[in-house]
Amino acid sequence: MSVTQAASDEVLIARIAQGDRLAMQVLYGRHHVRVYRFGLRLVRDQQAAEDLISEVFLDVWRQAGKFEGRSAVSTWLLAITRFKALSALRRRKDVGLDDEAANAIEDSSDDPEVAVQKKDTSEALRECLTGLSPDHREIVDLVYYHEKSVEEVAEIVGIPENTVKTRLFYARKKLAELLKAAGVERGWP
Amino acid sequence: MMALSKKMLEQEPSEIEMLLPWHAAGTLNARDARRVEEALANDPALAKQYAAIRGEYEETIHLNESLGAPSARAMQKLFAAIDAEPARATTSLPLSARISTFFASLSPRALAWSAGLGAIALLLQAGIIGAVLMKTQTATFQTASLSTSSSITRELGAAAAPARALVRFTPEARVGDITALLDSYQASIIGDAKGGMFRLQFDRAMSQDELASLLGRMSREKFVNLAVASP
Repeated sequence: MSVTQAASDEVLIARIAQGDRLAMQVLYGRHHVRVYRFGLRLVRDQQAAEDLISEVFLDVWRQAGKFEGRSAVSTWLLAITRFKALSALRRRKDVGLDDEAANAIEDSSDDPEVAVQKKDTSEALRECLTGLSPDHREIVDLVYYHEKSVEEVAEIVGIPENTVKTRLFYARKKLAELLKAAGVERGWP
Repeated sequence: MMALSKKMLEQEPSEIEMLLPWHAAGTLNARDARRVEEALANDPALAKQYAAIRGEYEETIHLNESLGAPSARAMQKLFAAIDAEPARATTSLPLSARISTFFASLSPRALAWSAGLGAIALLLQAGIIGAVLMKTQTATFQTASLSTSSSITRELGAAAAPARALVRFTPEARVGDITALLDSYQASIIGDAKGGMFRLQFDRAMSQDELASLLGRMSREKFVNLAVASP
């Protein structure tokens, strides 16, 4: 039986559980870019992000039979990606990062001061988004780019739903501070 | 509501304020989306904050889209690893997955044909059931001019030349009234209404006098306008 575009992610997972390589290729084709981008924003290294997606989808191949369908497949993929990205960060002996240290570090290459010279607010905004801490960057990406609900973000990140809401609020507050420091006034706060 | 956004950042954010990013992304449920819409309509400061959020939303998408895509190396590495995995013992899919897989494998055209055939099969089935029911109920009749939920007919007996009559019921006569009347006179309706008259058949033969007397009595019934003998 051929795999068609109409096959849902859940059907693909069921077939992957049976060892269907074609279903695996279709699932990979659908999700690998978003998984890569999410991973890249966490590990900040293209090579590491590519290794990461191979590991994520290999996990899917191995664990497909255990997928219970309680959440969307895309949510499951992002949760695996996050777990593996944090594991990869821990393994980076050369950088010497542990979890807390990784979360505390902001992107030094994206100094908000630089954004002052940017031509427009949009560019400054992107600079400041890059300058957020990993925790804040992650939640902003999950909500805005990956369009995950409060419940889904809570599942992916492994935090209570109320914490999801407050964390995004404070991420936005931090973003506003970075923008203000960069000379951009948006009328909020 | 104005006070809602006045306290922004100075105090704990309100629930509505915290939901704004999900509203921008369109991932709120209908109830929360309605709450946010109402709050935005009534609070200009909140609406201003929402405009800033829309900007963040757009730039976050722009930023992520600019990250590019992984090279083919990632896929090659993945499938090389999959090839190196031990062969998997195949088990049958769960029923739900098998059904989903079957329908997912059909093209839209095949699905449309399947649905059409299914509808025809249903119609045929309904026709067959109807025909069978009609065959098994050859000796029963039902009034055509009354909306009935219960039958006002009775099975006919095999008596020879039973007496017959034409009856017109009053407009206010209900099905229950007519049924009770027919029961009391041991009669059944055997023909539909023509000019408002129903053809009745009694359960026995009667002399002309006996029938005239009975029809006279029937004519005086509350729900009968007219009752006359019929050949």
